[in-house]
Amino acid sequence: MLLHQLRYAITCAMTADNRVFEKMLHAMKQTDQRADEQLVSLNNAGILRDGRWLVRGIDLSIRRDEVVTLIGPNGAGKSTTAQLAIGVLRADEGSVSRMQGLRIGYVPQKLSIDWTMPLSVRRLMRLTSPLKDQDLMAALDATGIPHLVDAEVRHLSGGEFQRALLARAIARKPDLLVLDEPVQGVDFAGEAALYELIRTIRQTTGCGILMISHDLHMVMAGTDTVICLNGHVCCRGTPETVSQSSDYMKLFGGSGRSLAVYSHNHDHTHLPDGRVKHSDGSITDHCHPDDGHHDEDHDHGHTGHEHHENAQEQSAEGARSHA
Amino acid sequence: MLDDFFTRAILAGVGVALTAGPLGCFVVWRRMAYFGDTMAHSALLGVALSLFFQINLLVSVFGVAVLVSLLLLALQRRQSLSADALLGILSHSALAIGLVLVAFMSWVRIDLISFLFGDILAVTPADLGLIWGGGALVLAGVALMWQPLIASTVSEEVAEAEGLKPARTRLFFMLLMALVIAIAMKIVGIMLITALLIIPAATARRFSASPEWMAVFASLLGAIAVIGGLFGSLHYDTPSGPSIVVAALLLFVLSLLPGFGKPAAARAANKGVRG
Repeated sequence: MLLHQLRYAITCAMTADNRVFEKMLHAMKQTDQRADEQLVSLNNAGILRDGRWLVRGIDLSIRRDEVVTLIGPNGAGKSTTAQLAIGVLRADEGSVSRMQGLRIGYVPQKLSIDWTMPLSVRRLMRLTSPLKDQDLMAALDATGIPHLVDAEVRHLSGGEFQRALLARAIARKPDLLVLDEPVQGVDFAGEAALYELIRTIRQTTGCGILMISHDLHMVMAGTDTVICLNGHVCCRGTPETVSQSSDYMKLFGGSGRSLAVYSHNHDHTHLPDGRVKHSDGSITDHCHPDDGHHDEDHDHGHTGHEHHENAQEQSAEGARSHA
Repeated sequence: MLDDFFTRAILAGVGVALTAGPLGCFVVWRRMAYFGDTMAHSALLGVALSLFFQINLLVSVFGVAVLVSLLLLALQRRQSLSADALLGILSHSALAIGLVLVAFMSWVRIDLISFLFGDILAVTPADLGLIWGGGALVLAGVALMWQPLIASTVSEEVAEAEGLKPARTRLFFMLLMALVIAIAMKIVGIMLITALLIIPAATARRFSASPEWMAVFASLLGAIAVIGGLFGSLHYDTPSGPSIVVAALLLFVLSLLPGFGKPAAARAANKGVRG
């Protein structure tokens, strides 16, 4: 009975204002498409150097209006992964696809300018594309260094230089902002302000952001997806899931942080030489998803493990959505 | 007073210096002094091949310099040896092979010293046309590629990420370098081409507030050095290349004296931000 009524109501609504309905549907589809538009996606991507995989089996994608943060210890391949995503490095395995005409704004981890080049902040802002004075100043205002517009780059402090680089990247109005440790050398108050700024940029421009950070705590609030790297994707998910996952605890240590300390087993351990020891005692060069060591028949029974499973599932889902 | 050959030498030298200025800045900024040296040394191999195959000297020198720079890039990519060692090997090998080849060709008599250190008597009206034509080509190329060249000098990674193709830019830069070496050889000589590239650029650094001005000043300072050096060469009967380099060095030393520093405006703007 109820079903009939409902069907009747829907039919009425459709016939009554078919055009509006169709328009609505169309609009919904369009916003859907725009939101779903993948700026960059990596499928099982890897980089081989001198017979060693720097990173391998990386699956990740960034959409518009999404903030993806890569975390991981030194040498985990965070910068390498970011450079894969933006085309500075080419994948030796797997594939990377970028949206056509993708406009990227990039803040690299390291940038050493020979001091013999006389470069003012104003000139640095126009490094890769022309820029109106007004936009230039607006970007410097946003990062808090408008007074340094005519200063020479080599006289800037580390934090000031970092702010200038960030201003340069955002002034380009990119589709994708790639920030490799954007707040290194910035003082504590400034750090929070810059993360706030990054959040604002995302809200106002709707660009995708790929960020690299050592510290999940600082970026937590503004991040949609956290990917924990250590040569491969250790775990992924929302900041909450990742911060409680076993892999994160393993890599960053639970103590000394405000998080509850979990004690649990883990299906693999990273040895100091970069090899991976698995729960069955075997040692492999890498923790590649396909190496057969992520089997689930070994003993667990820890609370922390569930998170790990979740992360695995999500990563599998992520991989599927790329296909 | 001025003999015809001397006017030609001055015109040729000024043409070379104007061309070398902006390129010299990039050599300094990109820390490619030794790279430039290697390309220049390979010019002697180009001279030998030109004599052997009876081809145009300019074409031969340009071709060999391009080949050597490509070889360098390929070897650097393999990363089997440090760039420094590779440059050392290629630089001196190219020079040595050139000298050996010239020695083998007993039927040609060439004045090696004039190739190694420049000879103002050797500038023909045809050379003058080649120098100014080639120089105009190089300057047009630099102007056209200025933005990508500067961007990839600051950061190849940023340039690549933001769509400027730094690999292509680097290749283009090599071609320009090879062309400059080919046209500068007669005036300053193979051994001293890099000096004409680097010293005026280094001198210009202190007066310049932007990369663009540094390129312009480097050209002008180079031209002054060439004129001074050539007059010295005529007066003291010294080889033209070393005389030009000595003149450039004098300008550099002068620029180091206090009071010659940066323009006052730039100094004020940087007040309080010195790190």
